Amino acid sequence: MLTLNHIYVVAGIYLLYTARQGWRDRGNPKRMTTAAFWGLLGITFLFGDFIPAIYMGALVIVIGLLAAGGGLSTGSYPVVSQQAREEKAALLKGRLFIPALIIPVFTLLGTVVLKHVTISGHALIGSENTTVISLGLACIIAFVYALAMTRVKIADAIQSARSILDAIGWAAILPLLLAVLGGIFNKAGIGNVLAEVLTTALPLQYPWVAVLAYGLGMVTFAMIMGNAFAAFPVLTIGIALPVLVQQHGANPAPLAALGMLTGYCGTLMTPMAANYNIVPAALLELVNKNAVIRAQVMTALPLMACNLVLMYWLIFL
Amino acid sequence: MNYWPLLGVLIIVIGFMQRWNPVLVVILAGATAGVAAGMSPAQLLTETGEGFTKNRYLAIFILTLPVLGALERSGLREQAQRWISSKKTLTVGRLLTVYLAVRQMTSALGLMSLGGQAQTVRPLLAPMVEGSAQTEHGAIGPRVREHLRAFSAATDNVGLFFGEDIFIAFGAVLLMQGIYADNGIALEPMEIALWGIPTAIAAFLIHSFRIRRLARKLGQAVRQENSEMPGPC
Repeated sequence: MLTLNHIYVVAGIYLLYTARQGWRDRGNPKRMTTAAFWGLLGITFLFGDFIPAIYMGALVIVIGLLAAGGGLSTGSYPVVSQQAREEKAALLKGRLFIPALIIPVFTLLGTVVLKHVTISGHALIGSENTTVISLGLACIIAFVYALAMTRVKIADAIQSARSILDAIGWAAILPLLLAVLGGIFNKAGIGNVLAEVLTTALPLQYPWVAVLAYGLGMVTFAMIMGNAFAAFPVLTIGIALPVLVQQHGANPAPLAALGMLTGYCGTLMTPMAANYNIVPAALLELVNKNAVIRAQVMTALPLMACNLVLMYWLIFL
Repeated sequence: MNYWPLLGVLIIVIGFMQRWNPVLVVILAGATAGVAAGMSPAQLLTETGEGFTKNRYLAIFILTLPVLGALERSGLREQAQRWISSKKTLTVGRLLTVYLAVRQMTSALGLMSLGGQAQTVRPLLAPMVEGSAQTEHGAIGPRVREHLRAFSAATDNVGLFFGEDIFIAFGAVLLMQGIYADNGIALEPMEIALWGIPTAIAAFLIHSFRIRRLARKLGQAVRQENSEMPGPC
Protein backbone atom coordinates (compact mmCIF):
# COMPACT_ATOMS: atom_id res chain seq x y z
CA MET A 1 0.00 0.00 0.00
CA LEU A 2 1.22 3.43 -0.90
CA THR A 3 1.30 5.66 2.18
CA LEU A 4 2.28 9.17 3.06
CA ASN A 5 5.62 7.81 4.26
CA HIS A 6 6.64 6.76 0.75
CA ILE A 7 6.03 10.31 -0.44
CA TYR A 8 8.05 11.64 2.51
CA VAL A 9 10.96 9.38 1.56
CA VAL A 10 10.93 10.80 -1.98
CA ALA A 11 10.79 14.35 -0.59
CA GLY A 12 13.63 13.55 1.82
CA ILE A 13 15.88 12.19 -0.92
CA TYR A 14 15.05 15.18 -3.09
CA LEU A 15 15.98 17.60 -0.30
CA LEU A 16 19.25 15.79 0.42
CA TYR A 17 20.13 15.99 -3.27
CA THR A 18 19.32 19.70 -3.21
CA ALA A 19 21.55 20.09 -0.16
CA ARG A 20 24.39 18.36 -1.99
CA GLN A 21 24.06 20.71 -4.94
CA GLY A 22 23.88 23.68 -2.57
CA TRP A 23 26.99 22.52 -0.73
CA ARG A 24 28.94 22.75 -4.00
CA ASP A 25 27.47 26.12 -4.98
CA ARG A 26 30.47 28.45 -4.71
CA GLY A 27 28.26 31.38 -5.71
CA ASN A 28 26.37 31.18 -2.43
CA PRO A 29 28.08 33.18 0.35
CA LYS A 30 26.33 30.98 2.94
CA ARG A 31 26.50 27.68 1.11
CA MET A 32 27.29 25.59 4.20
CA THR A 33 24.39 26.78 6.35
CA THR A 34 22.00 26.82 3.38
CA ALA A 35 22.95 23.24 2.54
CA ALA A 36 22.66 22.27 6.21
CA PHE A 37 19.14 23.72 6.34
CA TRP A 38 17.85 21.72 3.35
CA GLY A 39 19.83 18.64 4.36
CA LEU A 40 18.46 18.57 7.91
CA LEU A 41 14.96 19.20 6.60
CA GLY A 42 15.50 16.23 4.28
CA ILE A 43 16.43 14.12 7.30
CA THR A 44 13.19 15.06 9.07
CA PHE A 45 11.34 13.76 6.00
CA LEU A 46 13.37 10.58 5.68
CA PHE A 47 13.62 9.58 9.33
CA GLY A 48 10.92 11.60 11.09
CA ASP A 49 9.09 8.46 12.18
CA PHE A 50 12.18 6.70 13.55
CA ILE A 51 13.89 9.51 15.45
CA PRO A 52 12.46 9.91 19.00
CA ALA A 53 10.25 13.00 19.26
CA ILE A 54 12.55 14.81 21.68
CA TYR A 55 15.53 14.60 19.28
CA MET A 56 13.28 15.58 16.39
CA GLY A 57 12.33 18.63 18.44
CA ALA A 58 16.00 19.54 18.92
CA LEU A 59 16.59 19.04 15.18
CA VAL A 60 13.64 21.30 14.36
CA ILE A 61 15.03 24.03 16.63
CA VAL A 62 18.41 23.79 14.87
CA ILE A 63 16.68 24.04 11.46
CA GLY A 64 14.63 26.98 12.72
CA LEU A 65 17.66 28.81 14.09
CA LEU A 66 19.57 28.28 10.84
CA ALA A 67 16.67 29.96 9.06
CA ALA A 68 16.01 32.67 11.65
CA GLY A 69 19.68 33.51 12.16
CA GLY A 70 20.19 34.58 8.56
CA GLY A 71 21.91 31.34 7.57
CA LEU A 72 20.08 31.10 4.24
CA SER A 73 21.15 32.79 1.06
CA THR A 74 20.71 32.38 -2.67
CA GLY A 75 23.55 31.22 -4.87
CA SER A 76 24.29 30.80 -8.55
CA TYR A 77 22.27 28.44 -10.68
CA PRO A 78 22.99 27.21 -14.19
CA VAL A 79 20.51 29.01 -16.43
CA VAL A 80 19.30 28.56 -19.97
CA SER A 81 19.31 31.68 -22.16
CA GLN A 82 16.03 33.30 -23.10
CA GLN A 83 16.75 32.54 -26.74
CA ALA A 84 17.36 28.85 -26.10
CA ARG A 85 14.13 28.66 -24.10
CA GLU A 86 12.16 30.36 -26.89
CA GLU A 87 13.61 27.93 -29.44
CA LYS A 88 12.76 24.91 -27.36
CA ALA A 89 9.26 26.23 -26.69
CA ALA A 90 8.76 26.70 -30.44
CA LEU A 91 9.68 23.06 -30.88
CA LEU A 92 7.61 21.55 -28.07
CA LYS A 93 4.71 24.02 -28.19
CA GLY A 94 1.52 22.96 -26.38
CA ARG A 95 3.07 19.70 -25.22
CA LEU A 96 4.89 21.74 -22.59
CA PHE A 97 1.59 22.26 -20.81
CA ILE A 98 0.92 18.53 -20.41
CA PRO A 99 3.17 17.83 -17.38
CA ALA A 100 2.01 21.07 -15.78
CA LEU A 101 -1.57 19.85 -16.14
CA ILE A 102 -0.73 16.29 -15.06
CA ILE A 103 -0.09 17.53 -11.53
CA PRO A 104 -3.58 18.92 -10.76
CA VAL A 105 -5.46 16.38 -12.87
CA PHE A 106 -3.69 13.33 -11.44
CA THR A 107 -3.95 14.70 -7.92
CA LEU A 108 -7.67 14.92 -8.49
CA LEU A 109 -7.92 11.48 -10.05
CA GLY A 110 -5.94 10.02 -7.19
CA THR A 111 -8.15 11.65 -4.61
CA VAL A 112 -11.39 10.61 -6.27
CA VAL A 113 -10.59 7.32 -8.02
CA LEU A 114 -7.41 5.69 -6.70
CA LYS A 115 -8.81 5.84 -3.19
CA HIS A 116 -11.07 2.93 -4.10
CA VAL A 117 -8.62 0.92 -6.19
CA THR A 118 -7.50 -2.37 -4.69
CA ILE A 119 -4.91 -4.77 -6.04
CA SER A 120 -5.55 -8.37 -4.95
CA GLY A 121 -7.41 -7.15 -1.93
CA HIS A 122 -4.91 -4.49 -0.86
CA ALA A 123 -5.79 -0.81 -1.11
CA LEU A 124 -3.46 1.02 -3.48
CA ILE A 125 -3.43 4.22 -1.48
CA GLY A 126 -3.75 4.63 2.26
CA SER A 127 -7.17 5.89 3.29
CA GLU A 128 -5.73 8.86 5.18
CA ASN A 129 -4.24 11.91 3.48
CA THR A 130 -5.18 10.71 0.01
CA THR A 131 -4.81 14.23 -1.39
CA VAL A 132 -1.21 14.58 -0.26
CA ILE A 133 -0.31 11.07 -1.43
CA SER A 134 -1.98 11.76 -4.78
CA LEU A 135 -0.16 15.08 -5.12
CA GLY A 136 3.17 13.40 -4.45
CA LEU A 137 2.41 10.64 -6.92
CA ALA A 138 1.23 13.14 -9.54
CA CYS A 139 4.47 15.12 -9.15
CA ILE A 140 6.58 12.00 -9.69
CA ILE A 141 4.63 11.01 -12.82
CA ALA A 142 4.76 14.57 -14.16
CA PHE A 143 8.50 14.76 -13.46
CA VAL A 144 9.28 11.53 -15.33
CA TYR A 145 7.10 12.62 -18.26
CA ALA A 146 8.63 16.11 -18.32
CA LEU A 147 12.18 14.73 -18.33
CA ALA A 148 11.38 12.31 -21.14
CA MET A 149 9.72 14.99 -23.24
CA THR A 150 12.13 17.90 -22.72
CA ARG A 151 15.31 15.79 -22.41
CA VAL A 152 16.43 18.03 -19.56
CA LYS A 153 18.85 16.24 -17.21
CA ILE A 154 17.59 15.39 -13.71
CA ALA A 155 20.44 17.33 -12.13
CA ASP A 156 19.64 20.45 -14.18
CA ALA A 157 15.93 20.30 -13.37
CA ILE A 158 16.76 20.05 -9.68
CA GLN A 159 19.22 22.95 -10.02
CA SER A 160 16.40 25.10 -11.40
CA ALA A 161 14.12 23.92 -8.62
CA ARG A 162 16.87 24.78 -6.11
CA SER A 163 16.83 28.38 -7.28
CA ILE A 164 13.12 28.49 -6.33
CA LEU A 165 13.67 26.65 -3.03
CA ASP A 166 16.46 29.00 -1.99
CA ALA A 167 14.22 31.96 -2.79
CA ILE A 168 11.45 30.48 -0.64
CA GLY A 169 13.93 29.82 2.19
CA TRP A 170 12.49 30.04 5.70
CA ALA A 171 8.92 30.39 4.41
CA ALA A 172 9.01 26.67 3.55
CA ILE A 173 9.02 25.64 7.21
CA LEU A 174 6.92 28.42 8.75
CA PRO A 175 3.56 26.63 8.29
CA LEU A 176 4.96 23.56 10.08
CA LEU A 177 6.31 25.64 12.95
CA LEU A 178 2.98 27.44 13.27
CA ALA A 179 1.20 24.10 13.53
CA VAL A 180 3.59 23.22 16.36
CA LEU A 181 2.94 26.60 18.00
CA GLY A 182 -0.80 25.98 17.77
CA GLY A 183 -0.33 22.73 19.69
CA ILE A 184 1.76 24.40 22.39
CA PHE A 185 -0.72 27.29 22.72
CA ASN A 186 -3.46 24.71 23.14
CA LYS A 187 -1.63 22.88 25.91
CA ALA A 188 -0.84 26.20 27.58
CA GLY A 189 -4.58 26.95 27.66
CA ILE A 190 -4.23 30.25 25.80
CA GLY A 191 -7.66 29.91 24.21
CA ASN A 192 -9.46 29.80 27.53
CA VAL A 193 -7.49 32.69 28.98
CA LEU A 194 -8.05 34.83 25.90
CA ALA A 195 -11.78 34.08 25.87
CA GLU A 196 -12.04 34.93 29.57
CA VAL A 197 -10.22 38.23 29.12
CA LEU A 198 -12.49 39.17 26.20
CA THR A 199 -15.73 38.19 27.94
CA THR A 200 -14.91 40.14 31.11
CA ALA A 201 -13.50 43.21 29.34
CA LEU A 202 -16.26 43.76 26.74
CA PRO A 203 -19.97 44.57 27.14
CA LEU A 204 -21.08 41.41 25.36
CA GLN A 205 -24.70 41.84 26.47
CA TYR A 206 -25.12 43.93 23.30
CA PRO A 207 -25.43 41.51 20.36
CA TRP A 208 -23.52 43.78 17.98
CA VAL A 209 -20.58 44.01 20.40
CA ALA A 210 -20.51 40.22 20.61
CA VAL A 211 -20.63 39.93 16.79
CA LEU A 212 -17.76 42.40 16.46
CA ALA A 213 -15.74 40.68 19.20
CA TYR A 214 -16.17 37.28 17.55
CA GLY A 215 -15.52 38.49 13.97
CA LEU A 216 -12.60 40.78 14.72
CA GLY A 217 -11.23 38.22 17.18
CA MET A 218 -11.22 35.66 14.36
CA VAL A 219 -9.40 38.11 12.06
CA THR A 220 -6.78 39.02 14.67
CA PHE A 221 -6.16 35.47 15.81
CA ALA A 222 -5.99 34.21 12.22
CA MET A 223 -3.36 36.88 11.52
CA ILE A 224 -1.36 35.79 14.57
CA MET A 225 -1.58 32.05 13.90
CA GLY A 226 -1.40 32.29 10.11
CA ASN A 227 -4.72 30.50 9.58
CA ALA A 228 -8.32 30.65 10.67
CA PHE A 229 -8.44 26.97 11.67
CA ALA A 230 -6.44 27.56 14.85
CA ALA A 231 -8.52 30.60 15.72
CA PHE A 232 -11.90 28.94 15.23
CA PRO A 233 -12.12 26.61 18.25
CA VAL A 234 -10.76 29.28 20.60
CA LEU A 235 -13.22 32.03 19.69
CA THR A 236 -16.20 29.81 18.94
CA ILE A 237 -16.03 27.98 22.24
CA GLY A 238 -14.94 31.14 24.07
CA ILE A 239 -17.40 33.73 22.69
CA ALA A 240 -19.70 32.48 19.95
CA LEU A 241 -21.30 29.55 21.78
CA PRO A 242 -21.73 30.92 25.33
CA VAL A 243 -22.59 34.50 24.37
CA LEU A 244 -24.07 34.61 20.87
CA VAL A 245 -25.84 31.26 20.74
CA GLN A 246 -26.83 30.72 24.37
CA GLN A 247 -27.45 34.32 25.50
CA HIS A 248 -28.63 35.99 22.31
CA GLY A 249 -30.16 32.99 20.56
CA ALA A 250 -28.07 33.20 17.37
CA ASN A 251 -28.48 30.56 14.66
CA PRO A 252 -25.33 28.43 15.00
CA ALA A 253 -24.98 27.34 11.35
CA PRO A 254 -24.48 30.76 9.69
CA LEU A 255 -22.56 31.90 12.77
CA ALA A 256 -19.87 29.24 12.30
CA ALA A 257 -19.64 29.66 8.52
CA LEU A 258 -19.35 33.44 8.69
CA GLY A 259 -17.00 33.33 11.66
CA MET A 260 -14.60 31.10 9.74
CA LEU A 261 -14.87 33.16 6.54
CA THR A 262 -14.23 36.37 8.49
CA GLY A 263 -11.10 34.69 9.82
CA TYR A 264 -10.03 33.97 6.23
CA CYS A 265 -9.93 37.74 5.63
CA GLY A 266 -7.24 37.86 8.33
CA THR A 267 -5.33 35.04 6.62
CA LEU A 268 -5.16 37.18 3.48
CA MET A 269 -3.41 39.97 5.39
CA THR A 270 -0.66 38.21 7.36
CA PRO A 271 2.91 37.13 6.57
CA MET A 272 2.34 34.25 9.00
CA ALA A 273 0.22 32.56 6.33
CA ALA A 274 3.48 31.87 4.51
CA ASN A 275 2.12 29.23 2.13
CA TYR A 276 -0.38 31.65 0.63
CA ASN A 277 1.31 35.02 1.03
CA ILE A 278 5.10 34.70 1.30
CA VAL A 279 5.92 31.56 -0.73
CA PRO A 280 4.15 32.98 -3.85
CA ALA A 281 6.22 36.16 -3.55
CA ALA A 282 9.32 33.96 -3.79
CA LEU A 283 7.83 31.75 -6.50
CA LEU A 284 7.02 34.80 -8.62
CA GLU A 285 10.38 36.47 -7.90
CA LEU A 286 8.76 39.57 -6.44
CA VAL A 287 11.04 42.30 -5.07
CA ASN A 288 8.69 43.12 -2.19
CA LYS A 289 8.06 40.04 -0.04
CA ASN A 290 4.76 41.57 1.09
CA ALA A 291 3.51 42.38 -2.42
CA VAL A 292 0.91 39.59 -2.39
CA ILE A 293 -0.47 40.76 0.96
CA ARG A 294 -0.64 44.31 -0.39
CA ALA A 295 -2.58 43.10 -3.39
CA GLN A 296 -5.02 41.32 -1.08
CA VAL A 297 -5.68 43.91 1.63
CA MET A 298 -8.19 45.90 -0.36
CA THR A 299 -10.19 42.75 -1.07
CA ALA A 300 -9.89 41.47 2.50
CA LEU A 301 -11.04 44.62 4.33
CA PRO A 302 -14.29 45.28 2.42
CA LEU A 303 -15.05 41.57 2.51
CA MET A 304 -14.48 41.53 6.26
CA ALA A 305 -16.97 44.39 6.69
CA CYS A 306 -19.38 42.52 4.42
CA ASN A 307 -19.04 39.37 6.52
CA LEU A 308 -19.67 41.22 9.77
CA VAL A 309 -22.86 42.77 8.38
CA LEU A 310 -23.96 39.42 6.95
CA MET A 311 -23.28 37.75 10.27
CA TYR A 312 -25.27 40.29 12.28
CA TRP A 313 -28.16 39.93 9.82
CA LEU A 314 -28.20 36.18 9.14
CA ILE A 315 -27.69 34.79 12.64
CA PHE A 316 -30.74 36.62 14.02
CA LEU A 317 -32.95 35.98 10.98
CA MET B 1 -6.30 30.96 35.96
CA ASN B 2 -2.73 31.27 34.65
CA TYR B 3 -2.46 34.38 32.49
CA TRP B 4 1.28 34.18 31.85
CA PRO B 5 1.08 32.09 28.64
CA LEU B 6 -0.46 35.18 27.01
CA LEU B 7 3.13 36.47 26.84
CA GLY B 8 3.49 34.13 23.86
CA VAL B 9 0.77 36.03 22.00
CA LEU B 10 2.37 39.32 23.01
CA ILE B 11 5.70 38.21 21.49
CA ILE B 12 4.00 37.52 18.16
CA VAL B 13 2.36 40.94 18.19
CA ILE B 14 5.68 42.67 18.99
CA GLY B 15 7.52 40.57 16.41
CA PHE B 16 4.93 41.61 13.84
CA MET B 17 5.35 45.29 14.55
CA GLN B 18 9.16 45.12 14.72
CA ARG B 19 9.24 42.98 11.56
CA TRP B 20 11.41 40.30 13.11
CA ASN B 21 11.95 37.09 11.18
CA PRO B 22 8.68 35.14 11.59
CA VAL B 23 10.51 31.84 12.22
CA LEU B 24 12.34 33.43 15.16
CA VAL B 25 9.10 34.96 16.44
CA VAL B 26 7.31 31.60 16.35
CA ILE B 27 10.13 29.78 18.17
CA LEU B 28 10.32 32.49 20.85
CA ALA B 29 6.55 32.61 21.28
CA GLY B 30 6.28 28.83 21.60
CA ALA B 31 9.11 28.62 24.13
CA THR B 32 7.69 31.50 26.18
CA ALA B 33 4.12 30.18 26.25
CA GLY B 34 5.31 26.67 27.05
CA VAL B 35 7.60 27.72 29.90
CA ALA B 36 4.92 30.08 31.27
CA ALA B 37 2.47 27.17 31.30
CA GLY B 38 4.95 25.10 33.29
CA MET B 39 6.19 22.80 30.53
CA SER B 40 9.74 21.50 30.91
CA PRO B 41 12.29 21.97 28.09
CA ALA B 42 12.11 18.23 27.43
CA GLN B 43 8.31 18.38 27.14
CA LEU B 44 8.58 21.36 24.81
CA LEU B 45 11.08 19.58 22.56
CA THR B 46 8.93 16.46 22.47
CA GLU B 47 5.85 18.51 21.61
CA THR B 48 7.82 20.29 18.86
CA GLY B 49 9.16 17.06 17.40
CA GLU B 50 5.75 15.37 17.38
CA GLY B 51 3.97 18.38 15.90
CA PHE B 52 6.57 18.88 13.18
CA THR B 53 6.60 15.21 12.18
CA LYS B 54 2.81 15.08 12.02
CA ASN B 55 2.55 18.20 9.85
CA ARG B 56 5.27 17.52 7.29
CA TYR B 57 2.60 17.25 4.59
CA LEU B 58 2.38 21.05 4.70
CA ALA B 59 5.72 21.24 2.86
CA ILE B 60 5.03 18.55 0.27
CA PHE B 61 4.35 21.19 -2.40
CA ILE B 62 8.15 21.30 -2.88
CA LEU B 63 7.79 18.17 -5.03
CA THR B 64 6.19 20.30 -7.76
CA LEU B 65 9.36 22.39 -8.11
CA PRO B 66 11.55 19.91 -10.06
CA VAL B 67 8.71 19.54 -12.59
CA LEU B 68 8.60 23.31 -12.98
CA GLY B 69 12.40 23.31 -13.23
CA ALA B 70 12.41 20.91 -16.18
CA LEU B 71 9.54 22.68 -17.95
CA GLU B 72 10.77 26.21 -17.40
CA ARG B 73 14.22 25.35 -18.73
CA SER B 74 12.39 24.27 -21.86
CA GLY B 75 10.41 27.50 -22.20
CA LEU B 76 7.10 26.78 -20.43
CA ARG B 77 6.58 30.39 -19.43
CA GLU B 78 7.53 31.64 -22.90
CA GLN B 79 5.04 29.17 -24.38
CA ALA B 80 2.31 30.35 -22.01
CA GLN B 81 2.93 33.94 -23.09
CA ARG B 82 2.95 33.05 -26.76
CA TRP B 83 -0.27 31.07 -26.47
CA ILE B 84 -2.06 33.92 -24.75
CA SER B 85 -0.86 36.51 -27.25
CA SER B 86 -2.69 34.59 -29.97
CA LYS B 87 -5.92 34.90 -27.97
CA LYS B 88 -6.62 38.58 -28.40
CA THR B 89 -9.99 38.43 -26.68
CA LEU B 90 -8.43 37.19 -23.41
CA THR B 91 -7.54 40.56 -21.93
CA VAL B 92 -5.90 40.89 -18.51
CA GLY B 93 -9.25 41.69 -16.90
CA ARG B 94 -11.11 38.79 -18.50
CA LEU B 95 -8.30 36.31 -17.84
CA LEU B 96 -8.15 37.12 -14.12
CA THR B 97 -11.94 37.26 -13.73
CA VAL B 98 -12.43 33.91 -15.47
CA TYR B 99 -9.65 32.40 -13.34
CA LEU B 100 -11.28 33.73 -10.16
CA ALA B 101 -14.69 32.32 -11.10
CA VAL B 102 -13.31 28.93 -12.14
CA ARG B 103 -11.12 28.70 -9.03
CA GLN B 104 -14.07 29.49 -6.77
CA MET B 105 -16.42 27.06 -8.47
CA THR B 106 -13.96 24.17 -8.68
CA SER B 107 -12.98 24.69 -5.03
CA ALA B 108 -16.65 24.66 -4.06
CA LEU B 109 -16.89 21.25 -5.75
CA GLY B 110 -13.94 20.00 -3.74
CA LEU B 111 -11.39 20.36 -6.55
CA MET B 112 -9.02 22.54 -4.50
CA SER B 113 -5.93 20.87 -5.94
CA LEU B 114 -6.77 22.00 -9.50
CA GLY B 115 -5.06 25.32 -8.83
CA GLY B 116 -2.36 26.61 -6.56
CA GLN B 117 0.58 29.00 -6.38
CA ALA B 118 3.25 26.47 -7.42
CA GLN B 119 1.01 24.37 -9.66
CA THR B 120 -0.78 27.00 -11.74
CA VAL B 121 0.09 30.60 -10.79
CA ARG B 122 3.84 30.54 -11.42
CA PRO B 123 3.94 28.37 -14.55
CA LEU B 124 0.68 29.40 -16.21
CA LEU B 125 -1.45 32.23 -14.82
CA ALA B 126 1.23 34.84 -14.12
CA PRO B 127 3.01 34.43 -17.50
CA MET B 128 -0.34 34.55 -19.28
CA VAL B 129 -1.41 37.71 -17.47
CA GLU B 130 1.93 39.33 -18.34
CA GLY B 131 1.70 38.16 -21.94
CA SER B 132 -1.83 39.45 -22.24
CA ALA B 133 -0.80 42.83 -20.80
CA GLN B 134 1.99 43.04 -23.36
CA THR B 135 -0.35 42.22 -26.22
CA GLU B 136 -2.65 45.01 -25.09
CA HIS B 137 -0.20 47.70 -24.05
CA GLY B 138 3.26 46.86 -25.38
CA ALA B 139 6.38 46.13 -23.33
CA ILE B 140 5.78 46.35 -19.57
CA GLY B 141 8.28 47.55 -16.96
CA PRO B 142 9.37 45.80 -13.75
CA ARG B 143 6.94 47.71 -11.52
CA VAL B 144 3.85 46.81 -13.52
CA ARG B 145 5.14 43.24 -13.89
CA GLU B 146 5.51 42.88 -10.12
CA HIS B 147 2.02 44.26 -9.56
CA LEU B 148 0.47 41.90 -12.14
CA ARG B 149 2.22 38.90 -10.62
CA ALA B 150 1.18 39.79 -7.07
CA PHE B 151 -2.39 40.28 -8.27
CA SER B 152 -2.36 36.87 -9.97
CA ALA B 153 -1.26 35.24 -6.72
CA ALA B 154 -3.92 37.18 -4.79
CA THR B 155 -6.62 36.06 -7.24
CA ASP B 156 -5.72 32.41 -6.70
CA ASN B 157 -5.89 32.84 -2.90
CA VAL B 158 -9.21 34.69 -2.94
CA GLY B 159 -10.74 32.12 -5.30
CA LEU B 160 -9.56 29.23 -3.15
CA PHE B 161 -10.49 30.67 0.25
CA PHE B 162 -13.99 31.76 -0.69
CA GLY B 163 -14.83 28.66 -2.69
CA GLU B 164 -13.60 25.78 -0.55
CA ASP B 165 -15.87 26.56 2.38
CA ILE B 166 -18.92 25.66 0.30
CA PHE B 167 -17.62 22.13 -0.17
CA ILE B 168 -19.19 19.92 2.49
CA ALA B 169 -16.28 17.53 2.92
CA PHE B 170 -13.77 20.36 3.34
CA GLY B 171 -11.71 20.35 6.53
CA ALA B 172 -13.02 23.68 7.80
CA VAL B 173 -16.65 22.60 7.47
CA LEU B 174 -15.95 19.33 9.26
CA LEU B 175 -14.04 21.22 11.96
CA MET B 176 -17.04 23.50 12.56
CA GLN B 177 -19.40 20.54 12.66
CA GLY B 178 -17.10 18.65 15.02
CA ILE B 179 -16.75 21.51 17.48
CA TYR B 180 -20.50 22.06 17.55
CA ALA B 181 -21.08 18.34 18.02
CA ASP B 182 -18.73 18.34 21.02
CA ASN B 183 -20.85 21.11 22.51
CA GLY B 184 -24.19 19.46 21.98
CA ILE B 185 -25.29 21.13 18.75
CA ALA B 186 -25.92 18.59 15.98
CA LEU B 187 -25.70 20.04 12.45
CA GLU B 188 -25.30 18.50 9.02
CA PRO B 189 -22.20 19.68 7.12
CA MET B 190 -24.53 20.85 4.34
CA GLU B 191 -26.34 23.23 6.71
CA ILE B 192 -23.04 24.97 7.49
CA ALA B 193 -21.57 24.87 3.99
CA LEU B 194 -24.57 26.61 2.38
CA TRP B 195 -24.02 29.67 4.57
CA GLY B 196 -20.69 30.15 2.82
CA ILE B 197 -22.46 31.12 -0.40
CA PRO B 198 -23.31 34.79 0.41
CA THR B 199 -19.65 35.47 1.27
CA ALA B 200 -18.49 33.62 -1.85
CA ILE B 201 -20.65 35.93 -3.97
CA ALA B 202 -19.44 39.02 -2.09
CA ALA B 203 -15.81 37.93 -2.52
CA PHE B 204 -16.32 37.48 -6.26
CA LEU B 205 -17.99 40.90 -6.63
CA ILE B 206 -15.34 42.74 -4.60
CA HIS B 207 -12.32 41.07 -6.17
CA SER B 208 -13.61 41.16 -9.75
CA PHE B 209 -14.38 44.86 -9.25
CA ARG B 210 -10.73 45.35 -8.26
CA ILE B 211 -9.60 43.33 -11.28
CA ARG B 212 -11.66 45.63 -13.53
CA ARG B 213 -10.06 48.68 -11.97
CA LEU B 214 -6.59 47.18 -12.38
CA ALA B 215 -7.28 46.39 -16.03
CA ARG B 216 -8.66 49.86 -16.72
CA LYS B 217 -5.67 51.63 -15.20
CA LEU B 218 -3.13 49.23 -16.71
CA GLY B 219 -2.45 51.16 -19.93
CA GLN B 220 -1.79 54.34 -18.02
CA ALA B 221 0.51 52.58 -15.53
CA VAL B 222 2.50 50.99 -18.37
CA ARG B 223 2.93 54.29 -20.20
CA GLN B 224 3.87 56.12 -17.02
CA GLU B 225 6.53 53.61 -16.04
CA ASN B 226 7.95 53.50 -19.57
CA SER B 227 8.18 57.29 -19.76
CA GLU B 228 10.12 57.37 -16.48
CA MET B 229 12.74 55.05 -17.86
CA PRO B 230 15.70 56.56 -19.69
CA GLY B 231 15.21 56.31 -23.44
CA PRO B 232 17.61 54.57 -25.79
CA CYS B 233 20.91 56.38 -26.11
